[in-house]
Amino acid sequence: MWAFIHKLGSPKWFYGISARLEPWFWVAAALLIVTGTVWGLAFAPADYQQGNSFRIIYVHVPAAFLAQSIFVSMAVAGLVFMVWKIKVADMAATVMAPLGASMTFVSLFSGAVWGVPTWGTWWMWDARLTSMLILLFLYLGVIALRGAFTSRDSASRAASVLAVVGVINIPIIKYSVDWWYTLHQPASFTITSRPAMPTEMWMPLLIMVLGFYSFFIALTLMRTRNEILRRESNKRWVRDRVQEA
Amino acid sequence: MQQEITAVAPRLKEPGEGLTLALTATLKRDLVLMLRRRGEVLNPLVFFALVITLFPIGISPDPDLLALIAPGLLWVAALLAALLSLDSLFRSDFDDGSLEQLLLAPQPLAALSLAKVAVHWLLTGLPLALMAPVLGIMLALPSGSYLVLAVSLALGSATLSLIGAIGAALTVGLARGGVLLSLLVLPLYIPVLIFGAGAVQAAIAGDSVSAHLAILGALLAAALMLAPWAIAASLRISING
Repeated sequence: MWAFIHKLGSPKWFYGISARLEPWFWVAAALLIVTGTVWGLAFAPADYQQGNSFRIIYVHVPAAFLAQSIFVSMAVAGLVFMVWKIKVADMAATVMAPLGASMTFVSLFSGAVWGVPTWGTWWMWDARLTSMLILLFLYLGVIALRGAFTSRDSASRAASVLAVVGVINIPIIKYSVDWWYTLHQPASFTITSRPAMPTEMWMPLLIMVLGFYSFFIALTLMRTRNEILRRESNKRWVRDRVQEA
Repeated sequence: MQQEITAVAPRLKEPGEGLTLALTATLKRDLVLMLRRRGEVLNPLVFFALVITLFPIGISPDPDLLALIAPGLLWVAALLAALLSLDSLFRSDFDDGSLEQLLLAPQPLAALSLAKVAVHWLLTGLPLALMAPVLGIMLALPSGSYLVLAVSLALGSATLSLIGAIGAALTVGLARGGVLLSLLVLPLYIPVLIFGAGAVQAAIAGDSVSAHLAILGALLAAALMLAPWAIAASLRISING
């Protein structure tokens, strides 16, 4: 077990193993997303209240799942980096942040587009929308903090601290925003209170969620490998590999 | 070398005593330093009053309307005023090197930074809380909510100082950390704002405020427990990097 973790910490070993894993996740992501999209957009029945506009769910929900999971993975990677000084963990955290921020943006944007036919407005100060907006700001803070340092080591450690502080705060923020929302506005209509979905509606959703996760893993592996090459460019094994190619 | 150390050591008989000594020394030093720069202590208060003045001018001088939005306005303006003062929390100590001395001290950095945050709250959060009722009168805040406003701000601003100190410690080594500091800290301030302004609104509506104040207290307790470690870790990053 420990030997495995130590090996995982070595950029060279990680570069090798991720090269073997990456194609599988790309294939899985492509298959799942294509299946989910075709099934969700063409074959799933239309919602009896929202009509076809409900199909935005097949992009909106997976993006929102990823937005939250990526922040947690980023914080875990940051913690691993702070405690065990494993450089690969920090490289992964570095490349995860922009993807997480864009997923948060995608979920906010698709939510706004969905809001027009269902709520009649682009934006509502709904509890979920507000929490997602705050999550976007947390992502932007981590990215900005990392960019502000000139020394890479300080940048990595500072971003790790901020990610961990952020992940402790996310449940508190979420809970207090829920409280605030129920206190201020009666929940006139929410996306959550729709009737339980029939199987032919949620199966494509599940496939899309799995597809998005595979895409996240594949992209993170790819970008981490690039980051390894970039940061370790003065190491001999990197030069050997570049000369081979 | 060994002899020199033992020659100094007898003054501190127990480790605990050394910590109390260091804490009181840090508290006293920071208080004296801040009180000698009265301008810096007054600036957030003036800023608070100024921002509150802008709202009736920008929105409407109608007392009914102002009374409706006063709790939120007062809380947001106080929060921004506290945020404004954060940048100077560690800045001068960083510039003159005394922050490095704090790091080298045998006492835990988390405890010493807690003393610095306590001084920041005493000279920023507490005055803001005491001043808020006066501005509340100007915004036609309904009577009966003034005490709750002051108490919620006093409780909440302590949490704001603790959370803000993490951001201040992370950005103290950066040349232009000001805007970045607000980007880092403001999202984390939202729970405090919700329950702080909520307490005042509950008081106006005639509801019980104890739930809001209890949660503000719980947030403060959690921040007191966790924030010092994050502040200490951040200070180490800013100084060693």
